[in-house]
Amino acid sequence: MATFLSREVCPTVKNILLLDSEGKRVAVKYFSDDWPTNSAKLAFEKSVFTKTQKTNARTESEITMLENNIIVYRFVQDLHFFVTGGDDENELILATVLQGFFDAVTLILRNNVEQREALENLDLILLCLDEIVDGGMILETDGSIIAGKAATSSNMDDGASLSEQVNVKWL
Amino acid sequence: MAQPLVKKDDDRDDEAEYSPFLGIEKGAVLQEARVFNDPQLDARRCSQVITKLLYLLNQGETFTKIEATEVFFSVTKLFQSRDIGLRRMVYLMIKELSPSADEVIIVTSSLMKDMNSRTDMYRANAIRVLCRITDGTLLTQIERYLKQAIVDKNPVVASAALVSGIHLLQTNPEIVKRWSNEVQEAVQSRAALVQFHALALLHQIRQNDRLAVSKLVTSLTKGTVRSPLAQCLLIRYTSQVIRESGVNTQTGDRPFYDYLEGCLRHKAEMVIFEAARAITVLSGVTTRELTPAITVLQLFLSSSKPVLRFAAVRTLNKVAMTHPMAVTNCNIDMESLISDQNRSIATLAITTLLKTGNESSVDRLMKQITNFMSDIADEFKIVVVDAIRSLCLKFPLKYRSLMNFLSNILREEGGFEYKKAIVDSIVILIRDIPDAKESGLLHLCEFIEDCEFTYLSTQILHFLGNEGPKTSDPSKYIRYIYNRVILENATVRASAVSTLAKFGAMIDSLKPRIFILLRRCLFDNDDEVRDRATLYLNTLGGDGSVVETDKDVKEFLFGSLDIPLTNMETSLKNYIQNPSEEPFDINSVPKEVKSQPLVEKKAPGKKPTGLGAPPTGPASTADTYERILSSIPEFTSFGKLFKSSAPVELTEAETEYAVNVVKHIFDRHVVFQYNCTNTIPEQLLENVFVIVDASEAEEFSEVGSKPLKSLPYDTPGQTFVAFEKPEGVPAVGKFSNMLRFTVKEVDTSTGEAEDDGVEDEYQLEDFEVVAADYMVKVGVSNFRNAWESMGPDFERIDEYGLGPRESLAESVNTVINLLGMQPCEGTEVVPSNSRSHSCLLSGLYIGNVKVLVRLSFGIDASKEVAMKLAVRSEDENVSDTIHDIVASG
Repeated sequence: MATFLSREVCPTVKNILLLDSEGKRVAVKYFSDDWPTNSAKLAFEKSVFTKTQKTNARTESEITMLENNIIVYRFVQDLHFFVTGGDDENELILATVLQGFFDAVTLILRNNVEQREALENLDLILLCLDEIVDGGMILETDGSIIAGKAATSSNMDDGASLSEQVNVKWL
Repeated sequence: MAQPLVKKDDDRDDEAEYSPFLGIEKGAVLQEARVFNDPQLDARRCSQVITKLLYLLNQGETFTKIEATEVFFSVTKLFQSRDIGLRRMVYLMIKELSPSADEVIIVTSSLMKDMNSRTDMYRANAIRVLCRITDGTLLTQIERYLKQAIVDKNPVVASAALVSGIHLLQTNPEIVKRWSNEVQEAVQSRAALVQFHALALLHQIRQNDRLAVSKLVTSLTKGTVRSPLAQCLLIRYTSQVIRESGVNTQTGDRPFYDYLEGCLRHKAEMVIFEAARAITVLSGVTTRELTPAITVLQLFLSSSKPVLRFAAVRTLNKVAMTHPMAVTNCNIDMESLISDQNRSIATLAITTLLKTGNESSVDRLMKQITNFMSDIADEFKIVVVDAIRSLCLKFPLKYRSLMNFLSNILREEGGFEYKKAIVDSIVILIRDIPDAKESGLLHLCEFIEDCEFTYLSTQILHFLGNEGPKTSDPSKYIRYIYNRVILENATVRASAVSTLAKFGAMIDSLKPRIFILLRRCLFDNDDEVRDRATLYLNTLGGDGSVVETDKDVKEFLFGSLDIPLTNMETSLKNYIQNPSEEPFDINSVPKEVKSQPLVEKKAPGKKPTGLGAPPTGPASTADTYERILSSIPEFTSFGKLFKSSAPVELTEAETEYAVNVVKHIFDRHVVFQYNCTNTIPEQLLENVFVIVDASEAEEFSEVGSKPLKSLPYDTPGQTFVAFEKPEGVPAVGKFSNMLRFTVKEVDTSTGEAEDDGVEDEYQLEDFEVVAADYMVKVGVSNFRNAWESMGPDFERIDEYGLGPRESLAESVNTVINLLGMQPCEGTEVVPSNSRSHSCLLSGLYIGNVKVLVRLSFGIDASKEVAMKLAVRSEDENVSDTIHDIVASG
């Protein structure tokens, strides 16, 4: 990807993944052409998940290398957060992005960080991803600002999440 | 028509299965999307449908062109709604759908309206969406707004415009470059991230203007940079400037070093680390410069955060490759990381320790690693095995403990890849360290006594057959080999039979006993084993009296099949398909290698940091070259290949045609192997050859060439040119090259090439054949012994002044590269603060003349380097030649 070559001095994020306890997608966002097809993406997610599954990344963000990429990750309940960058990226920058994503999701899900809650608020999580990184460039790393931006767009202020709205409708 | 998102009552019981998207289906969601067209828009409902569509896309579902267009058009209707939440989802959806140019026009006016909205959130997002989907023509229309947005007082809006500018710079550089005044203003912004984005864009606008970048760096390193991210960027730009400007030769000071060092005291760890990393990769970094960086990295090693420990140990690991002495201070912290929970950190720590270890610490280290090996995964073990192998090559005297370690881990549990790595390492050690041969072979013998991998057993048996007969007591291996015939599966039995035959062929005294064993194999229940036994008994004369094994038989047993197996397979398949009376003729099999496996694919977008570059297995590369060359009949008369150089690039990276050359040296000839890659999908090259102008290489005369018939896109191919030169003489010279070929257009949709081609040529860079090309790196395990036994008969000693040099290490490296010899006993590593250094080199000069070199270097305060060169060799002319090389180099 030409844009990646000429921008190589800029800190760049290759992808952000949010997977469930079986390694299935909750929400993912790719910014790099390293994985051109959906099957390549799935294969990457599978190997990342298998490689990190047995580690304990629940109190501190953990880190590993895979296929010349650096991956920082963090697990909470049944949710697995990953941020991937190239192998000459500053590990701490990637960790900052991960922390921002993680904090934002925690705020959005009101500390109830688990898969079901995440899926019910998928719209907000997708907006979060959109606010953290734009085409590989880091937009914002402060979790509360990210969550704030994503939430202004929703009716979170009413105290009703997506599924609650749906439930109301159905009752 | 709507599907319920949640069936509340059922699913509460079964939480594991629960998902609001359970049973979601594309067709149904597309149906639901019709609500976008309702005259009375229900914003919440619409948001939910968009979420479902995004969910599908996120799961990897794709929309057909028609479906995408339909969704896009109905989504555009949603701009009517004033609901903020819905608008955000609409933006997201448009970006995901990446509409085509004619579709973009539909939303342009809506987005432009939002760009001028009073809601900051609308402005920021509309800018990002519009810039993502727009093309050049539209950009001129909105340029004015974008310039305004860059200096908008809302940081989110400014960042949106700046980041969009960074993306647009790739496609429309001339427009974005006009914004530099505004961008410059934004660099001064008080908002941290705006400053970061502005700095990134400004640098990219000016990246080709060195002076401007230098000015930018100078002013910012003095000013205030607020965000840690911007600070990291500035550090990267600063290192670039440093790289391009070099050291101030008068004072020895490096511009901007103070700035980097200052960043080591920054409050953000991200910045500290970025600065430390930048310092470690400065070219020709001195110990004084390195020390503060190493100190902060050392602190990180004991951090509670795994990411920090990993970052530090990974950087130190790289430093250890070039400055092992500088890292030794961290060894204690490093040793405690061996038990780190995070196995990546532990492995990096181990391999760093192996690199920085000196001869005396090897034994202690091996003890620690033994404990560590039991609880890590195979992939990490392989890394450790590789590190141990290089350690052993560095300290050949320590081969005993390292070989013991390898044989111990060989006996433990492990997968195939891991076992293979160990076996490969032992084989390499046996090849490179003569003293290690006997014990190594015995370890391998013991391993195959209980080896579950047929592939490894057969490989080891093959290797044993070649090396075993050359040892002092070959008979002791026979028992191990014959045990395989009794105990193993048919494949292993068959290769054990071949190995036995090799012992029989090489050692006449063993012949009668081998014949007895081979005759027993005649009753094997596998026909391949029986066939082999019969064949060998006949060729070795096992049916009659003991005869001298003749040359053909040895050739048959030890020679390699000089035909590529794939070609053999195709030919045999053809033969079977068209039955004929005639027997199969092996000479009819083409010997040309279709595709070349040697050309390494470089990882795209990788910066040449000058560190990495792991040494490839030298033996295997040489084997491949030999096979390629011997498959070309024109070159078979040249005799044995003496040396093949590393590939020399003859083109810039990322040109239309990538060409590198490998110089193959024979006794009376040189052959240039041009490895060509065609990087244009629309072209097929035919009849590719290189015109070589050797007017600046007087002693060489061209004797033949071998063109390449066709060079399709992305399939590397080779063409060769051969030169004659005076026998045994290290003739040198310069060669200029022109690539000639016929170009044919290729229709990329069908892959078919047009019939007519056009002749064309492509200028390649020049290269030289230098004296070092005639020297093969061959290590000796004990330099002192080798030196003493060579004797002083043809010793030549002289002293040289090398003038002012960058550093002692740089001078040592230059001389090693000039001579092309193998540094022995780790003497190529110069302790970073030393003022003098001795280096031991060994090599084999053309004509198979052994050469040993002792270099003593000294450096004074003004960086003047003096060198004493002592050569011993088996031939006085060669000793003189070595001095000539240095004198003229």
